[in-house]
Amino acid sequence: MLSFRRFLASLGPGTVWLVIFVVGPALILLAYSFLTRTDVGQLGAPVTLENWQRIFGYDALFQEWVPDNLRVLLRSVLVAAVSTFVCVLLGYPLAFYIAAQPPRRKNVLLLLLILPFWVNFLIRVYAWIIILRPFGLVPSTLAVFLGMTYAYLPFFVLPVYSSVEKVDWRLVEAAEDLGATPVRAFWAAIFPQTLPGLIAGVILTFIPALGTFIVSDLLGGSKTALIGNLVQDQFGQAGDWPYGAALSFLLLGAVLLGLWLYARLAGQKGLEELI
Amino acid sequence: MRRTSPALAAYSWLVYGFLYLPILVLIVFSFNNSRFGATWQGFTLKWYGVLFGRSDVREALLGTLLVAIPSTLVSTVLGTLLGFGLWRYSFRWRTPLTFLMVIPIVIPDVVMGVGLLMLYALVRTVVPFSNGLLTVLLAHVTFQVSYVALTVRARLAGYDRSLEEAARDLGASDLQAFLRVTLPLALPGVLTGALLAFTLSLDDFVVTYFTSGSGFRTLPVLIYTNVKRGITPDINALSALLVGVTALVLVLASVISGRSSAFRRSARRGREDS
Amino acid sequence: MLSADAAVSVLDVDKSFGSVQVLDDVDLDIRKGEFFSLLGPSGCGKTTLLRILAGFEQPDAGQIIIGGRDMTGVPPHLRPVNTVFQSYALFPHLNVYDNVAFGLRMKRVPAAQQRERVGRALETVRIGDLARRRPDQLSGGQRQRVALARAIVGEPQVLLLDEPLSALDLKLRKELQVELSNLQETLGITFVFVTHDQEEALVMSDRIAVMNRGRVEQLGKAEDLYERPRTAFVANFLGSSNLIEGTVKAVTPEGATVQTVHGPLMTHQGAHLKIGQSVTLSIRPEKLRMERDDETEGNEVRARVDDIVYTGAENQYLLKANGERLIVFQLNADLGADEDFDYEEDVALYLPPGNLMVLEEG
Repeated sequence: MLSFRRFLASLGPGTVWLVIFVVGPALILLAYSFLTRTDVGQLGAPVTLENWQRIFGYDALFQEWVPDNLRVLLRSVLVAAVSTFVCVLLGYPLAFYIAAQPPRRKNVLLLLLILPFWVNFLIRVYAWIIILRPFGLVPSTLAVFLGMTYAYLPFFVLPVYSSVEKVDWRLVEAAEDLGATPVRAFWAAIFPQTLPGLIAGVILTFIPALGTFIVSDLLGGSKTALIGNLVQDQFGQAGDWPYGAALSFLLLGAVLLGLWLYARLAGQKGLEELI
Repeated sequence: MRRTSPALAAYSWLVYGFLYLPILVLIVFSFNNSRFGATWQGFTLKWYGVLFGRSDVREALLGTLLVAIPSTLVSTVLGTLLGFGLWRYSFRWRTPLTFLMVIPIVIPDVVMGVGLLMLYALVRTVVPFSNGLLTVLLAHVTFQVSYVALTVRARLAGYDRSLEEAARDLGASDLQAFLRVTLPLALPGVLTGALLAFTLSLDDFVVTYFTSGSGFRTLPVLIYTNVKRGITPDINALSALLVGVTALVLVLASVISGRSSAFRRSARRGREDS
Repeated sequence: MLSADAAVSVLDVDKSFGSVQVLDDVDLDIRKGEFFSLLGPSGCGKTTLLRILAGFEQPDAGQIIIGGRDMTGVPPHLRPVNTVFQSYALFPHLNVYDNVAFGLRMKRVPAAQQRERVGRALETVRIGDLARRRPDQLSGGQRQRVALARAIVGEPQVLLLDEPLSALDLKLRKELQVELSNLQETLGITFVFVTHDQEEALVMSDRIAVMNRGRVEQLGKAEDLYERPRTAFVANFLGSSNLIEGTVKAVTPEGATVQTVHGPLMTHQGAHLKIGQSVTLSIRPEKLRMERDDETEGNEVRARVDDIVYTGAENQYLLKANGERLIVFQLNADLGADEDFDYEEDVALYLPPGNLMVLEEG
């Protein structure tokens, strides 16, 4: 009994907090997404599917199809995907370089990698305004890509690095011994070993890139509005909370689904290693 | 050590250059004696002077600290207990709880900010309140707790649970065993977690933006509203200062966790289950 | 069982984890001042029993009496026992001195007395010079000694040891076996020692309880267990045995005759058996006599040498007799003596009736 009280004392408060402030808002988002727009902040009947229809471009009666919002969603996915891809191009070789250094140097390089990541996100994006504006590149799509890649690169490199660190290099020798060229040896022996880190890195880059609104808000214009901007707008100028809730829940659902799939794939340990 | 080709080295240093260029530009331009900042006009400290003269900056700084310090304290206590519990006990709801803990870390900031905004709005229909400091504080604790819990658990993961049993065996009560053995061992993790939580609070813009309402501002919110209006050199100075503070906190953190890793090596073996 | 001179009484204890029963009606007494071993393979429940004695687990049913006091509901820190953990469980953030002093501090022993007792305990295990070291600066053997000092400094009525030597290499293990035995004699504390190493148990213990699948199979002195195993499990877990199955043919006050594949075999045990009952006989490999010609009458088996393993001090012969395998150990007593047998050689085995044990049904 005593140990059960202790169990509750230790896990209870944190769990209750998370349930109230994480599960609670998630459920509220879901509930709101089926309500009708009223005065800001007011719960409104009737229950409706309209908000969800709107996301996919239909009006209340399915008569018209205006895919503006759908276009924003697709653009969000595309921008996040391209930024993630650029992160792979920049970060994957970097992880190998760091892993190949002597221990002390390695630690310094890792610290140097993490340091900019700790600088306030807004400031990092803001710095690009200073750099790009003299060239007339703010706002532009290029600026959004640059800002995104810059903002999320360390998220990508760290998990890849920890995978590369664990690579068993004897497999390369084995592959080369069996007659593989260096390139084929890499694809056959090294790449598969780094795959878990690569996947974790892609998830950790893609998710925040999908949900951001600062980067596109500050570096892009209205033409580069992403789902994050759409949400911000619903809770700001547009004042359409139910629609904003639907968009948010869509984002939340996508992330949780991805996470759940990853957890199924990589197990509890993988979930913990992700962070 | 393995060989790396010069090409890879050069490429890697370019990437590092990419990472540091904006920060350097920012710092350099905070000393630029020019109102518009595009070209170098000579060294000056006047923007720092302008910055300290602004009352809204001082207010936002105060707001930032008023959120960061209490939220760090609360989340450190909650997170330490949670991390300890996850290490100490095996129970059926372990995996769902881990999942729940991971959510605040991985969900997009916008979703968290908006969700909390709506939670507050709902509560307000029952209990009217409009304290921006309180709402932001609660929001910050929410994303801080998970980080602290994970850091503490990672720290404890290297230790055998029989250490607590040994303490009990030697006459320590439940509480004494926790205070005299487990807590000292977890302490570096607790401190790292607290520093992490503190930095995250300082850093946060999005969640604060949605949950603060009007009348309460932190530095990031202030920076955002200023940047939306256009570049001003005193904001460069503010950003450069924040970069400096962050670097300081980070170095402190790595010193703490570096010194502690020495005694992580011992006591790793598990006991035979029979 | 509950006797007055028992340091520990375990009364009909059951324990399950989920659907797995790890202790099944365990009932035993441990005498004051004896070196008592719980011996068995991993998963037999010995560590669980030890943890129940320490108070880390609660029995589902039954009772634990330590020093005449019922321990039901008594938490670990209020029990008059201390434990030496398998992983040592030294506190990594405390040095050797503070590790050993931990228990005394918890019991609020005055500082001067603390110093004196810690000093004495460290001297007892001969690590007085290591007091200021941290656990990660110690070798395995030294850690073992610190764990011991920490456990004995509080002068417990019973010392519980959970496979304390299993992490050490063979040579160090042998040294510490002797030291532990001596220590136990000097201190006079009751030791309850958990091990899966039969040799360790035989060398060190006054009495041993052999455990298997949550039950005590047999309890007794080392010699009793080895010479007179009562079950097939004990016969094979301590050393090795030849097991021969058969049916009781005749019973006399002096023993019994059992019909086996090798023909009728006489044993001096088994006066309690009934005719027609099926039984298993057991005989230690060194207790068979191997000869070239059959000269004696009765209890003889014809066999053929299948394989010979030379282990230095003895030869181990694997033989085939009537389709069954038998093992015989013979001392390498005389160099050059014509006593060694060859492969494929036909031999006669004599099974002395006094060495044939009748086993209980498992």
